[in-house]
Amino acid sequence: MSGAPVVFSDAVQAEDAGIVLVHQEILLAPDLTVAQNLFLGRELSRFLAVDDKRMNRRTAEVLARVGSTARPWTVVGALPLAQRQLVQIARALLDDRKVIILDEPTAMLANDEVDALLDIVRSLRAQGVAVLYISHRLEEVEALADRVTVLRDGKMIGTWAAETLDQRQMAELMVGRELSMLYPPKRDPTTAAPVLVVEDLLVDHGKIAGSFSVRPGEVLGIGGMIGAGRTELIEGLMGLRPSQAGAIRVGGTAATKPDVKALMAAGLVYLTEDRKGKGLLLNEGLGPNLILQAMDMINPRLRLDRQKEAAAVKTAVQEYDIRVRTLSIEAGQLSGGNQQKLLLAKVMQADPSVVIIDEPTRGIDIGNKSQIYRFIDDLVRAGKACVVISSELPELVGLSDRVLVMRGGRFVAELTGDDITEQNVVYAAASSGKDTEGRIRA
Amino acid sequence: MSSAEIATLPESEGFRIRWGELAPFIALGVIILLGTMINSNFMSANNILNVITRSAFIAIIGVGATFVIATGGLDLSIGSMLAFVVGIMIMAMNALAPSLGPWAIPIGALVALVVGSLCGLMNGLIVTLGRIEPFIVTLGTMGIFRALITYMTDCGSLSIDRSLRTAYRPVYFGDFLGVPYPVIITLVIALLGAFILYRTKYGRRVTAVGSNSDVARFSGVHVGRVRTMAFVIQGFCVAVAAICYVPRLGAATPTTGQLWELQVITAVVIGGTLLRGGKAHIWGTVAGALILEVIANVMVLSDMVSEYLVAAVQGAIIIIAMLAHRFTSSR
Repeated sequence: MSGAPVVFSDAVQAEDAGIVLVHQEILLAPDLTVAQNLFLGRELSRFLAVDDKRMNRRTAEVLARVGSTARPWTVVGALPLAQRQLVQIARALLDDRKVIILDEPTAMLANDEVDALLDIVRSLRAQGVAVLYISHRLEEVEALADRVTVLRDGKMIGTWAAETLDQRQMAELMVGRELSMLYPPKRDPTTAAPVLVVEDLLVDHGKIAGSFSVRPGEVLGIGGMIGAGRTELIEGLMGLRPSQAGAIRVGGTAATKPDVKALMAAGLVYLTEDRKGKGLLLNEGLGPNLILQAMDMINPRLRLDRQKEAAAVKTAVQEYDIRVRTLSIEAGQLSGGNQQKLLLAKVMQADPSVVIIDEPTRGIDIGNKSQIYRFIDDLVRAGKACVVISSELPELVGLSDRVLVMRGGRFVAELTGDDITEQNVVYAAASSGKDTEGRIRA
Repeated sequence: MSSAEIATLPESEGFRIRWGELAPFIALGVIILLGTMINSNFMSANNILNVITRSAFIAIIGVGATFVIATGGLDLSIGSMLAFVVGIMIMAMNALAPSLGPWAIPIGALVALVVGSLCGLMNGLIVTLGRIEPFIVTLGTMGIFRALITYMTDCGSLSIDRSLRTAYRPVYFGDFLGVPYPVIITLVIALLGAFILYRTKYGRRVTAVGSNSDVARFSGVHVGRVRTMAFVIQGFCVAVAAICYVPRLGAATPTTGQLWELQVITAVVIGGTLLRGGKAHIWGTVAGALILEVIANVMVLSDMVSEYLVAAVQGAIIIIAMLAHRFTSSR
């Protein structure tokens, strides 16, 4: 620090020295207020009681500094994700810091929120704080950084002045080879009868509603800001939250009710955006994870078939290129990209005809990304259908044959062909004009 | 990965000894060793069989508790439930004895199994349909069962009909080729439990629900059904323990099975099953039940420590076991 070498044995020492890490995941106590979270473990007190007044005032100052509109006395659990992220950054700024490390701070944010965050980082820089900004979103790195360091497979590749690198060069350094086409070429438009038809789906008592269909051989993208209700709509479709549907037809047969198991049997599966919280059993091995969902379809008997399970693991590791040191590894020990591939393999065990993937590549590196894009392309070219929810615009645009845009719990636009551009998606997702639909469809 | 690469993958990361899973058996060995050193009578066949037989109740109920705890639940009602099932069974047998003679015993046992399973079903349905914490639900049913047995015995004792005693006695005191029946029953229940937990699809779902119920739900597992079924298994195991219990004392009293829930939970936890669910060790539970009983036995035989302190030592054991677990798993 300041020229002298230092070694920290724990986070408290580092914080005392003026270095603080803002973790990628939101680490706040949801039942406490913003101020209580900020001062957690270092509460200000007056005589024996905590001094809420002073803490709330200090909190309001720091919140203003990061441009947050949250109130100090709001309970964190009631805040939207983006605000929680800002609270987390505010927490780091409470004491004077020399160095702030931000680990993927935008992973949970939608585009306009990202811009706001970047402005905050810039203002921190102007205030004389050194910021170490870890991100796999190259456009952010390009927009922010003065110097860029690239790591690959746990090794340092090098450091460059930011103006000497563009996004493509950064990506190539990260992958370690020339970037071949990241997105597979688009497929020819199809006119086949839809394999999934959803009519008048109402979720969360009508707060979110929609109808859509997808044809075999098609990638349907669903775009929109975070909080627009895309994930909720699909979770409602799968019966994972309160919902009712006018009709759900999978492959021509009507599904009786929104239910994960019944829909899987009909040929529809859903891959959650929250692979650690809702997708994989992190303390379990590859086999239990792989067969958990389709267990009854693969094996109708009561008894487990362990040989079949072991064989399925080997096939999946090969087909989905899950990189493991040993087959007895636990899911939690895999890298994010390999977890995502395991999750993909898991839902594919049911041999579905329609796959809905929520944020297919969130938080994974570019090599695994391109592999997952190729899986999706292979799937669709084999006559299956895929619905992709994505907050990464290049991904949404690069993958989809057709895009539905959601805003405020409703679909507000449908884009096809050359109309699928980042600008059109953002315009439909963000603008509040009533004429959006007409303009984009025109 | 290519198939050639997969073929060269090691099956596991070397022979890493899983201390967490072996710990209860090692502890049991150490305590037995201590017992042998303290008193030469400890290792006599008679004493050993006695200890194992007495641990049967906690072990049998513990197998069921392992299921409940593995799903992330907890059942505090098991001690009172045992008393209640014992009471119902004695009443059924006594009512049937005049007409059926010794046949009242198997019919009464069947009644016990049905009643026990229904008690478990009730716990499970309130927990899952009512969406109430298992701790609270079973705290409530614990009180209910305890009050019912007090009422049924009129705060005295409810004894089994004299005519049935001789015929029923061997279920606890008898043996097959020198192995007491309760030990055989424990083995059968533990084997069944291990089969269900480790070799069936239901067992897989129990662990899945316990380690992350959201993941299970998103994978189409009916979480409520899995949890309810675990409580039913628990009720069934309580009934099996009740069937072995009656011939031992021949009566139900308001204190039958009192505080057994704590012993059972202790046995399960020192056996290596995680209280927050997810990892379950049936054989660890059996070892846990043995540890508790062997400690009590060693203390009674030793003269060094008053036997009134048995519960204190058992209480210390659970804390030491947890500390040891923290120590071995944090690396």
